[in-house]
Amino acid sequence: MTVMEQRGAYRPSPPPAWQPRTDPAPLLPDAEPYRVLGTEAAAKADPGLLRRLYAELVRGRRYNAQATALTKQGRLAVYPSSTGQEACEVAAALVLQDRDWLFPSYRDTLAAVARGLDPVEALTLLRGDWHTGYDPHEHRIAPLCTPLATQLPHAVGLAHAARLKGDDVVALAMVGDGGTSEGDFHEALNFAAVWQAPVVFLVQNNGFAISVPLAKQTAAPSLAHKAVGYGMPGRLVDGNDAAAVHEVLADAVRHARAGGGPTLVEAITYRVEAHTNADDATRYRGDAEVDAWRDHDPIKLLEHELTTRGLLDDAGIQAARDAAETMAADLRERMNQDPVLDPMDLFAHVYAEPTPQLLEQRAQLQAELEAEGETP
Amino acid sequence: MTTVAVKPATMAQALTRAMRDAMAADPTVHVMGEDVGTLGGVFRVTDGLAKEFGEDRVTDTPLAEAGILGTAVGMAMYGLRPVVEMQFDAFAYPAFEQLISHVARMRNRTRGTMPLPITVRVPYGGGIGGVEHHSDSSEAYYLATPGLHVVTPATVADAYGLLRAAIASDDPVVFLEPKRLYWSKDSWNPDEPQSVEPIGRAVVRRSGRSATLITYGPSVPVCLEAAEAARAEGWDLEVVDLRSLVPFDDETVCASVRRTGRAVVVHESGGFGGPGGEIAARVTERCFHHLEAPVLRVAGFDIPYPPPMLERHHLPGVDRILDAVGRLQWEAES
Repeated sequence: MTVMEQRGAYRPSPPPAWQPRTDPAPLLPDAEPYRVLGTEAAAKADPGLLRRLYAELVRGRRYNAQATALTKQGRLAVYPSSTGQEACEVAAALVLQDRDWLFPSYRDTLAAVARGLDPVEALTLLRGDWHTGYDPHEHRIAPLCTPLATQLPHAVGLAHAARLKGDDVVALAMVGDGGTSEGDFHEALNFAAVWQAPVVFLVQNNGFAISVPLAKQTAAPSLAHKAVGYGMPGRLVDGNDAAAVHEVLADAVRHARAGGGPTLVEAITYRVEAHTNADDATRYRGDAEVDAWRDHDPIKLLEHELTTRGLLDDAGIQAARDAAETMAADLRERMNQDPVLDPMDLFAHVYAEPTPQLLEQRAQLQAELEAEGETP
Repeated sequence: MTTVAVKPATMAQALTRAMRDAMAADPTVHVMGEDVGTLGGVFRVTDGLAKEFGEDRVTDTPLAEAGILGTAVGMAMYGLRPVVEMQFDAFAYPAFEQLISHVARMRNRTRGTMPLPITVRVPYGGGIGGVEHHSDSSEAYYLATPGLHVVTPATVADAYGLLRAAIASDDPVVFLEPKRLYWSKDSWNPDEPQSVEPIGRAVVRRSGRSATLITYGPSVPVCLEAAEAARAEGWDLEVVDLRSLVPFDDETVCASVRRTGRAVVVHESGGFGGPGGEIAARVTERCFHHLEAPVLRVAGFDIPYPPPMLERHHLPGVDRILDAVGRLQWEAES
């Protein structure tokens, strides 16, 4: 006779005890994006850091403009501009130590440049002479990642491996608002929290995934709220306030380095330009909206703070602009030279040792090139 | 290290031993996946490794295949050699983007500066009575992706040797484990020195003169059985075990076909768009003037993997192979 057949024999007992795994309160983001510029908190900011952020913002804005111009000249296949988002790009780069790793998405060329990567090498992918132009180990910058959010689990794995080896390394991974809808975003945050990996996730919420606005991307109160479900803190910050982004990221990096685990940071910003040169932004947003954000510009905000507080004068502004112009001129000149490509490189980096099949194909291409007179 | 010799050993034990020896020899080798730690894997292939090497090196991950492989990418970027278990063939599909967009091409994307020495173990194929999503033959997806090595053992000794070679490889290897051979036994002695050959060599499992059966993984024992049965029909069949689909050993395969003049490719996965079409084309291109008949294929049907009570009708068996061998007595239509 089974329990079910013994009518009346079953006495319900209280369910086994349940308790939340984590107190959600400290994980919740602030109600308002955190701001420094124009607030009392700015007085506590390091003037040297603010001036450095300013110089990098000005240089970054010029870089965006120059790269966009290069697409119009046909020198770049495509350039996803980060104009308007420079505060996030620069802060992400400057907050890291040399030994740390940056995991950029395709829009984060500027973060890589601000971390020290050669501006020309940073554009190799977008020019089209190779997929990643640089050695990731040189500046600890993972390859610019085109598939959305797939670089986030890489950041988790790298940070986890570093900690297993006893190294004091933090990984900072960048993703857009659209990328937070991808499965890899979820899996990366979940792994990071379970493993307590020293990772910082920076979401640049620039309002649109190409043309789709945030309201059609998520029903969450904010993207930072998503952190709570994984058991990590979520921080909300004004992404156009370079000092605020830097401070919030610095807190998160410190927390991660000290063994406190990952943080999800949502930076509220805006993509002033179109998604790429292939996009028509007038189809999905109006001038008034763009103008409002142009006014809340990261360079204007920081410049106003610095000049008001006597930390920057006209000469300083001019010096920053001159430095940016020098960078742009150098970039223009070097990008106007045709890259020297070796077609045989097609077979050089598929396997450590080419397969017999690739050796045959390599010989075929070699013969074709010789027939065309392209090789001596 | 002293071990208790289990004689005869199973393929599962040889795989376990391969991982244990690799971990003992190289502290950067890490095993990770769902259930690989405390449980020792649903097939017990990682049995005992967590106890011996600790949770940091044999990690029970969250249940998420893209996350498992994606974090393995990051670990490899930092100098580790992850050995990743995908629990079942059809459970590996969420990890496809990581495999194809990153694992297979990181070396290429970075001009050789960031190779990824990852081994992805995938239990694959039918014959164990698994319910839906537990018996796919997914090798065609993997071999179509440049940058991956794709290997599959058919013997206990090869299970050990090929897995050691895969873990030692500086390139990613999709290591396909024929589930129904996990419990196949052999007189393999784990206490003897084991040979670890480079990936990419096929072997002749049985010499013959009348035709070549080209096969791999779970179909190798079936082909050997068919070759024995064919003797009664007067056929002396050679059986070539590919062991590696990528790289493909044209040399061994074509040498055999040139000797016999006839060939049948045998595999469980569907024939349309399957490995057999590629192999038949390669053999035809290289051995056309030696061929006495078209290269035939004996494959699974082009259907979703069938329910367990019907799978015996799908899997290429001895009779279907013998039928194809009979058709090798080919005469051109006049």
